[in-house]
Amino acid sequence: MHTTDEILAAIAETVHEIAGPDIHEVQPDKSFADDLDADSLAMVEITVALEERLGVAISDAEAKNLVTVGDAVAWISAAQTGVAA
Amino acid sequence: MSGRRVAVTGLGATTPLGGDAESSWSALLAGKSGVRLLEEEWAQELPVRIAAPAAVDPGDVLDRAAARRLDRATRLAAVAAREAWADAGAPDTDPVRLGVVVSSALGGVTSLLGAYDTLRAKGPRRVSPVTVPMLMLNGAAAHLAMTYGARAGAHAPASACASGAEAIGQAARMIRAGDADVVIAGGCEAAVHPLFLSAFAAMTALSGREDDPAAASRPFDRDRDGFVLGEGAGIVVLESAEHAERRGARVHAYLDGVGTTADAHHIAQPEPDGRDVARAIGLALAGAGLTPDDIVHVNAHATSTPHGDLAEAAALRQALGARAARVPVSGTKSATGHLLGGAGAVEAVFTVLALRDRLAPPTRTIEHLDEEVEGVLDIVREEPRPLPPGPAAALDDSFGFGGHNVVLAFRAAI
Repeated sequence: MHTTDEILAAIAETVHEIAGPDIHEVQPDKSFADDLDADSLAMVEITVALEERLGVAISDAEAKNLVTVGDAVAWISAAQTGVAA
Repeated sequence: MSGRRVAVTGLGATTPLGGDAESSWSALLAGKSGVRLLEEEWAQELPVRIAAPAAVDPGDVLDRAAARRLDRATRLAAVAAREAWADAGAPDTDPVRLGVVVSSALGGVTSLLGAYDTLRAKGPRRVSPVTVPMLMLNGAAAHLAMTYGARAGAHAPASACASGAEAIGQAARMIRAGDADVVIAGGCEAAVHPLFLSAFAAMTALSGREDDPAAASRPFDRDRDGFVLGEGAGIVVLESAEHAERRGARVHAYLDGVGTTADAHHIAQPEPDGRDVARAIGLALAGAGLTPDDIVHVNAHATSTPHGDLAEAAALRQALGARAARVPVSGTKSATGHLLGGAGAVEAVFTVLALRDRLAPPTRTIEHLDEEVEGVLDIVREEPRPLPPGPAAALDDSFGFGGHNVVLAFRAAI
């Protein structure tokens, strides 16, 4: 189980690594595509990296609904407890 | 060649000798070598452990997030293009009049092999979604077109080790035909990988001189035993002479002639008499309105293979006649190794710099000139050779597996 802070930190590091924005720019209200330079190819890489890092399975269909960083934190947090699975 | 005249206004390179064109050129003139023994763990079981890696890792000088989506060959091209574009003064050009012609021999092969390793080790879900954009042969051309907003056309001619020179030739033809005013052109390669060292070794194409790597690439030497695999990129900015003049650009040289022919002979051996290489030289001279007596320097393809160097010598003798024995010829792969699709482009940069500085670079590794070349060609050996002042022209030869021959004829800017 990861706390929401840990999940946010993991997302921030992953987005920084793959798409380039500074870690502190990766905040819950930011859109991956519009604010963080993450195009569709980068989103596939980010999703796969988060699955590996956080031990959750994110389907392609589910990944399309993750528009903001906050969406991803909430979904991963819920998935860990089985609520979203 | 009819049509508009083509000026060279920008030069860029990243090579085994240096991370830019000037440092590569200085190291070449100083007689330095970019060839070394591969001491890395992955190389220890290979039949040949000699190579000429790029002196500066392109990942160290590019934006990290952008670079991770680019194959290493495209990264090298991006570094050289940035230098060439800045050197040209970042010409303000209508995007639909700006083109790119950049290629390589093998494309993004280390990305391809890395992705396959991932597939085998971790399964299909872990294969990167940027695998295809990274491995495709046109990846560098497409990346540079996006970087510079070049919409006149982006092309990647595939002619093995002649690709870089062919790209420059094709760029000149775009300008002459009126299809573009400015074109970013050249070649890149990054294939220092166990598969290619093994594969070229299987063809007996590589030098096995592990006891003295810096002397392994020895064009025109009696004891040459193959080429040394190198990596890097060369990029030039070509521009119509009118466009260059209108914006007051500094012109390094003019690319006045391009000769391209095919041997139609063998997939990996040159046609031994050099018949079609001689014809390519003749076409480049005729297109440029030059005669053999105008040529003051030749940057030879000269990879250090037993057959290739002799075929080229025969071709130069046929095409230049008695003049061949009086023109300083340089085999710069003696210092850089063979950059495959990057070779012709880096050597085009060196040819232009030779005309600019009026110095033919050394062929640093010759101990005993091949007796079949003695008296046929005047090879520049230990020291750079001064070239005469005044009007002057030089040739850059490039050939590729499959019998692709490209000769570029440059005129000094004076």
